[in-house]
Amino acid sequence: MKAEKKKRIVKTIRVDVDKCNGCRACEVVCSAFHASPKYSSNNPERSRIRVIHEPLRDIYVPVYAGEYSAAECAGRDKYTIDGKDYDECAFCRASCPSRPLFTEPDSGLPLKCDVCESDPPLDEPMCVQWCLNDALVYEEREEEVEEEAATREELETGLESLANKYGMQKMLDTVARISKKG
Amino acid sequence: MRFSETGFNLEIDLSTGNVERVETDPGLTELHLGGLGTNARLLWDRVPPDVEPFSPDNLLILSAGLLVGTHAPGANRTIVSTISPQTLFMAYSMMGGFFAPELKHAGYDKVIIRGKSPKLTYLWINNDKVEIRDASHLRGKGACETAELIRRELGEPKAQVAAIGMAGENRVFFASIEHGRSSASRLGIGAVMGDKGLKAIAVRGTKDINIARPAEFMEFCNGVLKYIEVRDKKPVPGVMPILAGLGSPQEMKLIDEEWHTTNFMWGNSRTRRRDFWTKEIEEKWRGTQESVRKRLISCHNCPMKCGATISAPGVSTYMMKCFSKLTYTMAAYSDLDFGFRIAQRATEYGVDAYSAPQVMAFGLELREAGILSEQDMEGMPSDNEGKFYWLLDRIVRREGIGDVLADGTYWAAKRIGKGADAYAHNNIKKHEQLPLKLGMLNPVYFLMYSTGEKSNITQIEGQFPQAPFATKEEREDFVKDWIHVPHERFKQYLLDWEFRGERSNPYYPTVEMSCEIVDWQEMMHYIDDALGMCAGLSSFPLKPPYHVHNYPQIISAAAGIDIDEAALTKITRRNRTLVRAVNNRRGLTRDDERPPEDHWKKRFPELEAKLLDEYYKFKGWNKRGIPTRESLCGLGLDDVAEDLAKRGMLTPEEGVPPPQGSVG
Repeated sequence: MKAEKKKRIVKTIRVDVDKCNGCRACEVVCSAFHASPKYSSNNPERSRIRVIHEPLRDIYVPVYAGEYSAAECAGRDKYTIDGKDYDECAFCRASCPSRPLFTEPDSGLPLKCDVCESDPPLDEPMCVQWCLNDALVYEEREEEVEEEAATREELETGLESLANKYGMQKMLDTVARISKKG
Repeated sequence: MRFSETGFNLEIDLSTGNVERVETDPGLTELHLGGLGTNARLLWDRVPPDVEPFSPDNLLILSAGLLVGTHAPGANRTIVSTISPQTLFMAYSMMGGFFAPELKHAGYDKVIIRGKSPKLTYLWINNDKVEIRDASHLRGKGACETAELIRRELGEPKAQVAAIGMAGENRVFFASIEHGRSSASRLGIGAVMGDKGLKAIAVRGTKDINIARPAEFMEFCNGVLKYIEVRDKKPVPGVMPILAGLGSPQEMKLIDEEWHTTNFMWGNSRTRRRDFWTKEIEEKWRGTQESVRKRLISCHNCPMKCGATISAPGVSTYMMKCFSKLTYTMAAYSDLDFGFRIAQRATEYGVDAYSAPQVMAFGLELREAGILSEQDMEGMPSDNEGKFYWLLDRIVRREGIGDVLADGTYWAAKRIGKGADAYAHNNIKKHEQLPLKLGMLNPVYFLMYSTGEKSNITQIEGQFPQAPFATKEEREDFVKDWIHVPHERFKQYLLDWEFRGERSNPYYPTVEMSCEIVDWQEMMHYIDDALGMCAGLSSFPLKPPYHVHNYPQIISAAAGIDIDEAALTKITRRNRTLVRAVNNRRGLTRDDERPPEDHWKKRFPELEAKLLDEYYKFKGWNKRGIPTRESLCGLGLDDVAEDLAKRGMLTPEEGVPPPQGSVG
């Protein structure tokens, strides 16, 4: 079967750490936007963007909340850029047990940036709108992807690895059982 | 549910170690908003006039303003109130940064501290959990250093810390409370904190702050940011660069310091150096500033970049803003490199950057005049800069002559005698002022210097240009988008104001106009201080985003208390009058309301007397500067009127109760 070409929008927030002045307006407005009803409260602790900052070491890194990870990484990264040492995980988006970031303060549930998805859609996410210093800039681009092919390839790789891990028969039994459940 | 405020104060008694979370009366918010307003009410209610600044009964209040922690850009100020050891009146210094929003997120509008701890302690406020912790290992540590140590010790990098340095521990009368790029510096509140045995307060909060009418409020906040963007591209023409835009004077960003260095005084507020600023100096200072400045930085939820991280070779990194860049430089007749270096040490010690340099320059003048002896200064190095470091080190430790100078120029002169008081020439209400000496009396500034309760000109001036514009075209251009005036007639005052001739200083603006102009400017500051809004987006710069016409709606939408301009004006008047009453009860009268004798060369005693008479009348105060019963009762401050009358402070005719029905 010929792979279908599909168009999709890639949403990007360009983060210029040199322009960040550490005001945390992004945290304020993010938490306000996601409050229910909208803008009825704010609390940076609920924000899906946090500015990791250490003023005396001149470190300012706005980081967005990404995927939830049940387990922390086996190894950690520490970056040195322009002579400045960044803390472990400084650039990581994961909501994970290794650090107190990106979890709801009440429930402990993970938070994830949704680029301010709303109806009608916003021109730009709120954090970008409120960053007058342009440390956060929103960009959209269209990409054509061969979605079907990519998915098939991925699926095959995934199944192969499951078969390797659990054995072919066990995997097939499980697939049969799941499909019965409908 | 409470909106915009948490509805709780944290009451700490350091003598007994008692900690209480106390619900506040929402009625007080309606009467005073919050911040400075409710602080003044607490001081009136709980600190009688016989309580000394260093008594355990003196309160030290760190308060967030009503809008702090909401989405309103720039609402981040901590308003610190106590009784000043230097002026013996109410002190209310303020700071920006991140402390007050964190406090609100922890669930408190204020921390109210009374008593005295026998041991040096610090306070750890972590949402509902509050601990008084031992700080003996932090004794003598710098203010920034302390903040870092506490964050590490608590394992809480997100904790916000306000701390004193050695100056506060040793009760230096101009000791500050430091918080990163910000400090509450004026009037010696750091000394009161040190006297209470409190080295620092660390706070961490993860709770919500609620908004009464979210959609409406958000629209205002968006509007404020849009206005800032537009206004930023339109500096006011015809005024010096540092005053043309928004924010604090942009001295971290800008290199051009011609205005300060050639108009302000050097040394102990003595010498004007009209031709100081040259191309050569500009290039040299540009080199210095650009090499030490690592980044321009902001306070909580504010796009302005009034602060900077400063890292000079050989000294540890610190943060700075505004005019402190120049105060040490100018007091020592030195250069910018020295200014940045000594300010690092001064920030760690925690001293006020207005008072401290002047006190040191005053000490050196006394030595030159032979009033202080060689023995007094024994061990002082011979080089100019070295002298300043030496004096600073002694002052904050209260060693030798440093112990005398640590009380500030007024009290030091009293202790030294031998005519030293002539050298303490730049004070109002015993408090060192900006080093300015001018020619012709400006009636508006005369009133602001005389009556400003904060004893600091930048805390009352702002909305009306400091000087007339040179041409008619410039004036007409300026008033075109001047939407901020409370009334159209203010535009005419400016249009008619000229450099020379009939409509110039000191007789124009007229006495009546001057009263109105001062009242408007002061009102804006009192609104900001109740809300915790930074003056840099409101009362201080020309044409700011917040003003008397949009504030009532913003406050109403956030807090759910419906007020209009008239109601806001009345609340502000109530707060202003209450502060005055607190000070009257502590002895403040007309005799204290005097700018330094040499502030202007040309003085006009008759006009000045008339200005004060009329302004007092305008404010509802009697000829001695004490609010009348009528004005107090009109503001609902009947109990204050009662108290002042009992103390015999209202003359009989002013003590007569108003006729029935006029109260309210």
